Amino acid sequence: MDDGTDILFDLLHFEIVNWTDRAHSEEKDKDKKDEDLSNLEYIGFSTGYRLIERLTKEMPRFKDELDTMKFICTDFWSAVYKKQIDNLKTNHNGVYVLQDNNFRFLSKMSNGKQYLEAAPKYVAFTCGIIRGSLSNLNIHCVVKAEVQSLPSCKFHIQIQRT
Amino acid sequence: MSRSTRFDTKKVNSELVTLTYGTLVAQMVKDLDTAEDVNKQLERIGYNMGIRLIEDFLSRTGTGRCLDLKDTADKILSAFRLYLGVQPNVVNWSGAGDEFSLILESNPLTELVELPDELKQLKYCNMICGVIRGALEMVQLDVQSWIVQDQLKGDQNTEIRVKFIRRLEDAMPAGED
Repeated sequence: MDDGTDILFDLLHFEIVNWTDRAHSEEKDKDKKDEDLSNLEYIGFSTGYRLIERLTKEMPRFKDELDTMKFICTDFWSAVYKKQIDNLKTNHNGVYVLQDNNFRFLSKMSNGKQYLEAAPKYVAFTCGIIRGSLSNLNIHCVVKAEVQSLPSCKFHIQIQRT
Repeated sequence: MSRSTRFDTKKVNSELVTLTYGTLVAQMVKDLDTAEDVNKQLERIGYNMGIRLIEDFLSRTGTGRCLDLKDTADKILSAFRLYLGVQPNVVNWSGAGDEFSLILESNPLTELVELPDELKQLKYCNMICGVIRGALEMVQLDVQSWIVQDQLKGDQNTEIRVKFIRRLEDAMPAGED
């Protein structure tokens, strides 16, 4: 199961976080911090947008929005994060909550609440991945992450209807 | 679940790395002023990855001490096989045996990439050079590594040159014998 490219991706992700973070490391300004996260999210977005296209090109069309979400939680998540989403909740009105109890990028960090402050940096890329993937499947949304206690993480997806 | 597609994880993994790296390079090109700066940053990112990757390599392969640079080159080859799934050739040894080239016929990092004309200065794969330098530094080898030929610029193969500089000695912390 575990092959060499896994660690390569972990390290690459880590360095991307580091790089976007370093851009404004001296400035404690909150706006700048948000800008860093938004850069990071955008890198995820572009990656997800391209990745999903390659993954789904041989697949039949999804039945509906929920079917797409299930795909993201199972096949897609296992491909990228090595496990399935543990819990999917929806209000059947455009809000989905994906819960991963042992999120790949947080699983190597110290458990509990001590490093909670650092967590946003390590989930922003994934928010982008989700948003980019769904966007390419013609579902436009806003994705937010919520970390209450490492290494579990909840992704809130709010579909934008026009 | 009605749909039980299992992806080829090895392929997905390698595409994930390729695509993520590509996006990072694109973002850097946008953020930094010159291609030269981007090259430097890519090398640095590779270096940071290399100093961690060597641990994984050693624990995974249980490899021992290298006797000479030829040995080291062999180890680098197996690392390429392990992490990128490609098999480079080691050629062009210098007379003194302190320099060699790795020739890659295919390179997963550049598989989906095209360089526009205005970015001919960009060394897209510079991360690999950084990884080699970082990894070897952790086993007391100071090397230089750079790209000689690049498929993205129309060359037949990608050629990465590695030059041995010196052996690093373990430095004792100050005040200890």
